[in-house]
Amino acid sequence: MNLTLAQSLTQTHDEMPSLREVFDTITLQSGFNTNAVIVAASLLGIAGGIIGAFALLRKRSLTADALSHATLPGITSAFLIASAMGLNARSLPILLLGATISGILGVLCIHLILTYTRLREDAAIGIVLSVFFGIGVVLLSVIQSTATSSAAGLNHFIYGQTAAMLTADAILMGTIVLIAIAIAILAMKEITIVCFNESFARVTGIPAGLIDGLILALIVLVTVSGLQAVGLILIVAMLIIPPAAARFWTDRVRLLIILSALIGALSGFIGASVSALLPRKPAGAVIVLCAGSIFIISMLAAPTRGVIAQLIRHAKLKLQIAIDHTLESKYQYPEHHPRTTFSLRVLLRLKGFTQSLSPSSALSQSGIKRGRRVRRNHMLWEQYLISCADIAPSHVDWSVDQVEHILDDDLITRLENEIRASGLEVQEIQP
Amino acid sequence: MISDTLRQYISFDLFPLISAICVALSCGLIGNHLVLRRQSMMGDAISHAVLPGLVAAFLLASSRSPMVMFLGAGASALVTVGLIELVKRLGRVEPGAAMGVVFSVMFALGVLMLEQAAADHVDLDADCVLYGQLETLFFVAPTEWNQLFSVGTLNDIPTQVSTLLGLTILVIIFKVALHKELRIASFDPGLATTQGIHAGLITVLLMVMTAACAVASFEAVGSILVIAMLICPASTARLCTDRLSTQIKLSALFAITAAVIGYILASFVPEMLGMPSSLNAAGMISVVAGSMVALAAIVSPSHGLIAKSFRQRSLRKTVAIEDLIGLLYRAKETGTPRSTISSIAPAMNTKDINQVIQASTRQGLVTQTNNSLELTGAGQAAGAKIIRRHRLWEGYLVDQANIRPDNVHDIAEQLEHLPTDEPDSDTQTDPHGRPVPPHSD
Repeated sequence: MNLTLAQSLTQTHDEMPSLREVFDTITLQSGFNTNAVIVAASLLGIAGGIIGAFALLRKRSLTADALSHATLPGITSAFLIASAMGLNARSLPILLLGATISGILGVLCIHLILTYTRLREDAAIGIVLSVFFGIGVVLLSVIQSTATSSAAGLNHFIYGQTAAMLTADAILMGTIVLIAIAIAILAMKEITIVCFNESFARVTGIPAGLIDGLILALIVLVTVSGLQAVGLILIVAMLIIPPAAARFWTDRVRLLIILSALIGALSGFIGASVSALLPRKPAGAVIVLCAGSIFIISMLAAPTRGVIAQLIRHAKLKLQIAIDHTLESKYQYPEHHPRTTFSLRVLLRLKGFTQSLSPSSALSQSGIKRGRRVRRNHMLWEQYLISCADIAPSHVDWSVDQVEHILDDDLITRLENEIRASGLEVQEIQP
Repeated sequence: MISDTLRQYISFDLFPLISAICVALSCGLIGNHLVLRRQSMMGDAISHAVLPGLVAAFLLASSRSPMVMFLGAGASALVTVGLIELVKRLGRVEPGAAMGVVFSVMFALGVLMLEQAAADHVDLDADCVLYGQLETLFFVAPTEWNQLFSVGTLNDIPTQVSTLLGLTILVIIFKVALHKELRIASFDPGLATTQGIHAGLITVLLMVMTAACAVASFEAVGSILVIAMLICPASTARLCTDRLSTQIKLSALFAITAAVIGYILASFVPEMLGMPSSLNAAGMISVVAGSMVALAAIVSPSHGLIAKSFRQRSLRKTVAIEDLIGLLYRAKETGTPRSTISSIAPAMNTKDINQVIQASTRQGLVTQTNNSLELTGAGQAAGAKIIRRHRLWEGYLVDQANIRPDNVHDIAEQLEHLPTDEPDSDTQTDPHGRPVPPHSD
């Protein structure tokens, strides 16, 4: 099999599509078959997004990988058994039934390895993945060497052939999406508790094992139904990438699931449309690359967890520390002029903390006030670390504006007395 | 003179077998550290992610020479490792998800690039990345033995085979030279750093070696065997021993065994069964390697299911006997030197009390007459020992753990069976006022 990996939806175009074609495709006006594919791919994205979010929270992302590889021996043995029994060996329901059974067996094997041996989850996943896929590969070579009919069609399950999706697939995907949404709504509380605190779930009487089984069953469902479209290597991306991208935008489970479904739908929609419009763009790969692009954008640009936001926060914190250090040292030793960069002096002047731009400029009223507060914080924290060293590490936050925000009044009074007793003067916060 | 049959074997099976053994050995050795560091899936991620590098190298150099492919795949593998680390660190994404995101995007990129290449009628086969083509590594064997071992034959060795031989030697040198560093860094990166070993550097080197294994092997055996060999032999060995050096030696042994048996099963057995062609050797070797894990999980003398359940049964028996003589000792203490079986049975937490009585009789701790039991001299001493431990533990729990005297019995009932030293105490009575039997020695 050379490079009949996955056909584009339309092989006829050789140049860029016209705007009219683009508009028709994305508004679902370019023929029934194309519509079915685009709708089915978007629905697959939604299902993968919702169920993948559960898998991510449960840290089961790679279980999906093992599971999708584990479907291959099921597909090949279903093919062999069906041809031996004289049935149509290419019948999709038979092949998918085989895929489901061996997928479940794979998950079961991971569970057995984790329960009865000392091997860790990563090894269990790797063993099941490689051994099941190995069995599948051996059976493929059996088919090639014995069966009269060729096994070429089976390769679509490995690399995927989105163009083969029909209205029936769209309906199947729609059903799975409905099931996933229903379960997400009904079992939301239980799933959330199991994901975040398994032992708490057990104590409150939530059957954690059952919930786990439910999540795994849903993963099997999505994997098997998406096999033919995206292929067994890439289907795992539909479960992993959308929730991982959504995770950057929110800390709330509900929102995570909704965003993840949206990202999955968007990837499916764009991927299938691009594949329909451009030549030689296998839809499975394009869908995954769309999801990957959304992941990269999320990782860079998300407001709090994104890389850019983190860098900005880091820079701001550094600046704040530089300002505080300068003010504290100018307040404490007015004759001594700490080394400052020009931009820092501009900033201090703009904020009204200094009277001029010169390095030896005196502090303004508000600068003195601020410097006094920083000095006081510094001294209190210092004394706190000295006198309460045993509890200190968990209760230190240097970046806090006032120590009062963290420690209670009694403790601060005590610390102030200790500082006075050691002969130093405690700065008052009042001007 | 080489006979025709032998010549055929040498032509068709020698190099595939050598390649399989090389892959098994090098991946098996490296895999030990991946399994210990819980990074087994790194091999999976890398071996899927080499695809875009392969295609890119091929399109750029428009050549299928192994060197070009090796460079492309290697670059791709290193990019993958870097990206996974980046996503994990900068994005704070959970490791499993980070791997999944990176390798699936890379693979998708590879599939897309292949499809573009197909447009130019380029002959590049994606299947070999997954399944490998061990069977294609044949060479034409000479008819004479002295020709087989001449310099001329060396030139006929397929490049893939020499690459794999080189890799195996490299891996062995890597393992031997950095054995200590790898060991410390795998178990305790913190300790490694305090000892002046750069744990991060060791991790990077390990990842580079994993990538090298995946890249050098993919063309001959496919990624599936690489993943299986990185994980299965090391896991099998881990189920058989607790010592790293033994584990490494065992994993090498298991890897070679799996390669040889798997190859024989794939190449020779179908022929004997009358099938028209041989089966996929890489797949079969993975299956054998997986079966070895299953076998070890069941029969391993140290961590196997059978050994574990045997140990559990013998422990259960010991506990039951100790419970029985404890009961008899207590009964004797309250003035009934002989107890009937029916009065003992409800207090015993065991299914088959007769079995316990028989075992205790055999050990000379108890004598049975009709339906009643009596402790022998040895039984008396053993009973005193167990009750002493029980009552000392009760005292300990009340004094040291601040548990109310009403609640300590059940806990002490378990603690009395522990093979540890008894609590250090010279009290004469337990919290309930009963005497602590004196130390027997």
